Amino acid sequence: MVDAAASTKGDLNLTNLVKEFGDFRAVDDLSLLIPEGSFFALLGPSGCGKTTTLRMIAGLEEPTSGKIAIGPTDITYAKPYARPVNTVFQNYALFPHLTIFENVAFGLRRRGVKDVKEQVTKVLELVELGHLAGRKPVQLSGGQQQRIAVARAIVNRPALLLLDEPLGALDLKLRRQMQIELKWIQTEVGLTFVHVTHDQEEAMTMADTIAVMNEGRIEQMGTPVELYESPRTVFVANFLGQSNLVKGKVEGTSGDDLLVSVHGNRIIVPANRDFAADNHENSVLIGIRPEKISLEHAEENTLGGGIITDISFVGVSTQFQVQMPWGQELAVFEQNDGGASHLQKGDTVSLSWKPQFTFALDGTADVDAGTSVNPDEE
Amino acid sequence: MAFVAAVSKRSSVVRGIKRPSTPYLLLIPGLAWLAMFFIFPLINLASTSTQTPGDSGEVGVYVQTFRFANYFDAFSGARDQFLRSFLFAFIATVLALAISYPLAYAIAFKSGKWKNLLLVLVVAPFFTSFLLRTVAWKQILGNEGPVVAVLKFLHILGPQSGLTASAFAVVTGMTYNFLPFMTLPLYASLERIDPRTLEASSDLYANGITTFRKVTFPLSLPGVVAGTLLTFIPAAGDYINATLLGNPRTKMIGNVIESRFFDIVDYPTAAALSFMLMAAILIMVMVYVRRAGTEELV
Repeated sequence: MVDAAASTKGDLNLTNLVKEFGDFRAVDDLSLLIPEGSFFALLGPSGCGKTTTLRMIAGLEEPTSGKIAIGPTDITYAKPYARPVNTVFQNYALFPHLTIFENVAFGLRRRGVKDVKEQVTKVLELVELGHLAGRKPVQLSGGQQQRIAVARAIVNRPALLLLDEPLGALDLKLRRQMQIELKWIQTEVGLTFVHVTHDQEEAMTMADTIAVMNEGRIEQMGTPVELYESPRTVFVANFLGQSNLVKGKVEGTSGDDLLVSVHGNRIIVPANRDFAADNHENSVLIGIRPEKISLEHAEENTLGGGIITDISFVGVSTQFQVQMPWGQELAVFEQNDGGASHLQKGDTVSLSWKPQFTFALDGTADVDAGTSVNPDEE
Repeated sequence: MAFVAAVSKRSSVVRGIKRPSTPYLLLIPGLAWLAMFFIFPLINLASTSTQTPGDSGEVGVYVQTFRFANYFDAFSGARDQFLRSFLFAFIATVLALAISYPLAYAIAFKSGKWKNLLLVLVVAPFFTSFLLRTVAWKQILGNEGPVVAVLKFLHILGPQSGLTASAFAVVTGMTYNFLPFMTLPLYASLERIDPRTLEASSDLYANGITTFRKVTFPLSLPGVVAGTLLTFIPAAGDYINATLLGNPRTKMIGNVIESRFFDIVDYPTAAALSFMLMAAILIMVMVYVRRAGTEELV
């Protein structure tokens, strides 16, 4: 069984996966294809079902219904130890009674691999901790334990490596460093990594593809750039970075552009960025990222009459809060290149941006979806 | 500058005197208790063990003659009981471990909301007297009791035989009486195991049995060592079970010491036996703890 599992390779395919805990539906009809060799991130707030999904892939939870397959092999109900899948646990879960060497060798010994010593030594060199082989886990720092947890998993060359918030317990600086290191290890060993996190920055730094999860479903899937520049739901627009979302009414089209009236201002949205195309009768939400807005240069899309209510200087940029005539506060980030430095609190400004940065979302959605979730909890 | 230095030096001296003395003061009652009720009796016992009967020939009067041969005499007179004590204690410890481990495991990992209730039930026997509970086993194993009836029905036990007043009854009683002392430390160390390490083991290709052998059991070793010591040590010196459930051929060293003290009033022999029992247990425990290697466990 284990041997058959070890030779399994291919894309990870989740089909209509459902997991219920009593009345609560943690994962709701989730279908997902993760290509072999990719670095894939499942991103979402706590309680969105991402960890449950990961545990089902690992075999630590049994799905209520649906199918999990790696390549042609169905592993939906296979025991955890019979799957070609290894996990880097959130708090590492190293074996406290074994040395670092034996921790890393654990999986190899269970599978009856011959050259244990050679393989363990090699992987310990990869994570640059060969000199600690004789120590016990408690004698290691958090960052070192984290790398051992990765080494213990990748030494088995699984078809799939699952990482459950692997950097959650590390401080910010170490986390940044480990992000780069993990990405490098993934390229080096060429395994499929599935990374679960609530930290959008971490997901964007490391993953090729991100699936944003909310309430047991996938909101949107794509590359970090796609998700950031073209969010298709309000949740994604707010959860990944920050967005200004303003209600408007569709007036008509002009060539390839959609014309939207926003509190009396005409805003142009390119048709290929209109993500509310099937619901134009109602209002739409037009979205623009704060750093795309200029307070200095006039562009085609302009909302006038804003009053600056707050200015905070954050080094590379200055962040403005601008109250619009209809009461809504919008955020504007200006680069600190001298352009907007003369602006004061209370000044009246116009917000301008290029139409190509605008996106339109379904106006019936809750404007605050994805904002109230604190990404640092859990 | 000099003034400041002097002041700071003085204040540190004051602190140096006051602070550390408090813990020592708090230790005094405990140390006094130990000296009075452990060290002094121990010295007394040691001195008694080398005494010989006085010239008057009066019963219970002994004088100090430093006769170390008392130890040889005492041992040669009670060798069988010595060996039997350790054998019975060993069997009872092994049985208690075999019964307690699954119980502690179930309470620690599988009991859910029943955990506290089950723990109370483990301790519940302490609410009745040790003697009463042991006497109860006389009835359970008695000729009219359910155990004998079932065994006779199954023809495991002949029609004329019984279970009471036997080595079997003594070991059964000891096993029963020391179960909580085994279960609680086992539970404590099993409960401390992070369930994620078990998941990690299963994730790393170990099936249930291998996970138990390679992860769960090694991590519960401190509990196993504590539980076996808490069972073996009192069991080796126990005489209640042998008195109530045994027969003259199942006498343990505790019975010999008891009768030497109270019936024969042979204090030196009783003291020598007590010392030998203590020494033997100490040596066994030291060897055992060394071999179990618990000092390496976290």
